[in-house]
Amino acid sequence: MQRRHVVQYGAAGVGAVALMLGVGWWRVDGPGAPKPAGQRPLPLSAMDFRLTDHEGNEVGPETLIGRPTMVFFGFTYCPDVCPTTLSDISGWLEDLGDDAARMNVVFITVDPERDTVEAMAEYVGYFHPAIRGWTGPANQVARAAEGFRASYERVPTEGGDYTMNHTASVFLFDAKGELVTMIDYHEPREFAVPKIRRALTEDVEGAT
Amino acid sequence: MTKLSYINGLPLVLLLSGMSTPAFAGSEDVVVENAWSRASIGVNRPGAAYMTVRNTGEDTVTLTGLTTPLAVMPQIHETKTNADGVSSMAPADEITIEPGQSVALEPGGLHAMLMKLQNPMIEGETFPLTLTFSDGGEVTVEVPILGIAARGPES
Ligand SMILES: [Cu+2]
Repeated sequence: MQRRHVVQYGAAGVGAVALMLGVGWWRVDGPGAPKPAGQRPLPLSAMDFRLTDHEGNEVGPETLIGRPTMVFFGFTYCPDVCPTTLSDISGWLEDLGDDAARMNVVFITVDPERDTVEAMAEYVGYFHPAIRGWTGPANQVARAAEGFRASYERVPTEGGDYTMNHTASVFLFDAKGELVTMIDYHEPREFAVPKIRRALTEDVEGAT
Repeated sequence: MTKLSYINGLPLVLLLSGMSTPAFAGSEDVVVENAWSRASIGVNRPGAAYMTVRNTGEDTVTLTGLTTPLAVMPQIHETKTNADGVSSMAPADEITIEPGQSVALEPGGLHAMLMKLQNPMIEGETFPLTLTFSDGGEVTVEVPILGIAARGPES
């Protein structure tokens, strides 16, 4: 319950700060802004990319067809959004219980330069065991992101390092590889878990 | 609870004697609550810490920066997620907190970004983080380090 308070203060605080900063290094897009056509992820069957999972297996979009799938793009040098989302996903998977074992859950890096197979293996090891980490050559990562209509961009930081801006939504596909829905960042768990259950249900419907 | 420890930028003697601090306009009334951070893998990746900064006083306070022996470049950052679902992170400017208000540094919003770690962040340990304010005051908090997959101060 303590956390709930923090979250509420947070909303007020961040709102106040945003107002006061008012400078605009970030884009202020209306929450209901329509998504341009063509931004909807392709069906998995229409994607084409070759990556390697954190155990060294060759993987691609076809690896995911046959089971409902959850996909998230990120990078392991990400201090805030990525560990938060992977923790959230881990929590959703715990809530799903045994059903979690019926899903593919994949974390695809947008920073293959630093996220080697070994780095991905170490990182995903801290989260729910169902989560797989995929990496590969930069051009293949780009093709994967293109298929999901995810975007990412390398941004230099003050210290001479770099960070990555990236799509932080979680993509949900049914067992046939059709997009069911997306879970946006900041979406409460009360909404996320039913969405995942829907992907699992559509799987059952598709099978009959 | 080390989380609530709160020290002005004053000689320790003054603090221990419990004297009030007329030299600082506001920051002596700042309380930091629910601080937490995630463990790091080594020192190459930046860390992040979260907390609620509450202004219990009568004066507006402005948080201007951070220092910590843990990181060469600690900075307050803000993550924004736009309508296309793309998240980005950039240094936040000064953060003003009105009397009676608080600002939450929390996942997906403001965070204490800990760049160029001097030591790995090890679960179960703590580190001191000093918040500096425009009136010259400082508040130091001991930040507990939770697991890499931690979701909040109580997990
Ligand atoms: Cu940051």
